[in-house]
Order: sequence, then C-alpha cells, then structure tokens
Amino acid sequence: MKLEQKFMDEMIAHAKEDAPIECCGIIAGEDGRAVKLFRARNSEASPYRYSVDSDDLFRIYREAEDNEWSFLAIYHSHTASEAYPSPTDIRLAFWPESYYVLVSLEDAENPVVRAFRILDGEVNEEEIEAG
Amino acid sequence: MAVEVKLAANLQKLVGGQKSVSVEGATVGEVLDDLESKHPGIKETIMADGAIHRFVNIYLNDEDIRFLKQLDTQLSEGDVLSVLPALAGGTA
Repeated sequence: MKLEQKFMDEMIAHAKEDAPIECCGIIAGEDGRAVKLFRARNSEASPYRYSVDSDDLFRIYREAEDNEWSFLAIYHSHTASEAYPSPTDIRLAFWPESYYVLVSLEDAENPVVRAFRILDGEVNEEEIEAG
Repeated sequence: MAVEVKLAANLQKLVGGQKSVSVEGATVGEVLDDLESKHPGIKETIMADGAIHRFVNIYLNDEDIRFLKQLDTQLSEGDVLSVLPALAGGTA
C-alpha cells in the first residue's frame, strides 16, 4: 500500500500520545490513495485492547460516505509488542477490504509500522511504500 | 413500514453484495426478522443470545441503538439503520 510519510508520522505520534493505552483510528482513502486520517477514541481505554468508540465510528463512516471515501486502513498500536496482528485482532477483523495497520512502540526509539490484509483468519503482510 | 438498512464491510456479502436493502418493520427487532427472512443467515452474524452482537453497532439515523431501546427501538417511515461491524482487537 502507498502511504505518505505524514500519515505514518501521524499514526506514530498518536500511538505515543496515547501510550500506554492502545490508540486507534481510520485512514480514509479514494482510489487506493489515503486522503484523511481520523483519530478515534479507544472505548476500551486499555493497554491490551482497542475498540473504536461507537460514536466516532459512525461520525467517521458518515464523513467517508459523504465524500465517497472508503476505509482504506484501520490502525491501532501495540505499545509493548510487535507490529503483528494478535489472535484477537484476527478474530475481530470484520473489515476485509481495509488494511489493518499496526504501530509498535515495543522499541520506543524506533517505532515500527506494518500493514496487513486479514481475510477469513488469514494474515498477509502488505508492504508500505512511504512517499 | 419500510426502512433502509445500510450494511458495511463484511455484512454486504450476506445480502448479495448490496450496500443497502429495504426492509419492513416497526421496531429494530422486527426489521432484523424481516431481513433474516429475505437474507437467511444474516441474523446470526448481527445477533448473539437474543441481543445485538457485542461487536456489531446498529445506528438509527445517527444514534447507536444501544443508547435508545435496543431491539425495541421504534422506527418511522423512511428511517435509516446503519449496521457497522466494530473496529476492535487486542492482545488480551
């Protein structure tokens, strides 16, 4: 997937600001190109779980729909583990057309961002082309 | 009465790939029953143990029905229900 550096930076900044709880958000896109990043509240407010706040989800969904954007990517952070979908992440991946992007702060000095497709329990990594 | 049900993400495949369907019912519960009769199998994805599934959100116009009367929420002609799977996960 192609993702401008500013979106990478914004996800990392969000992850750091919300640590130690997991952050989450949505990147809306048009024709596969990211157009807007939406931060969302994590209603779980937990270091181990995330759930996009239901009001935030609807607000973002509607703005995306009004603009004919899709949910290009759904991102969340892992503050103390690697940037790879956990079994729970895989079980709850209900948006097969979106990339699942993980930001890891396991090495605080060197955050890692990786993208995946998750379909029917199968995880495939997609290379992020920053640019 | 007829209401529009908009479905997002993985739910569209359960209604033949449509983004929205028109169904009948005076409450959210009745609408889900009608939806199930037209598209068998969808209810077990949206509901669990007689209630809205924990990882599914249903909005009446722009309000989450969990904060209304859930399945008993009354509907009016032309209302729009949006069904969005949760965006959730976690390491524990």
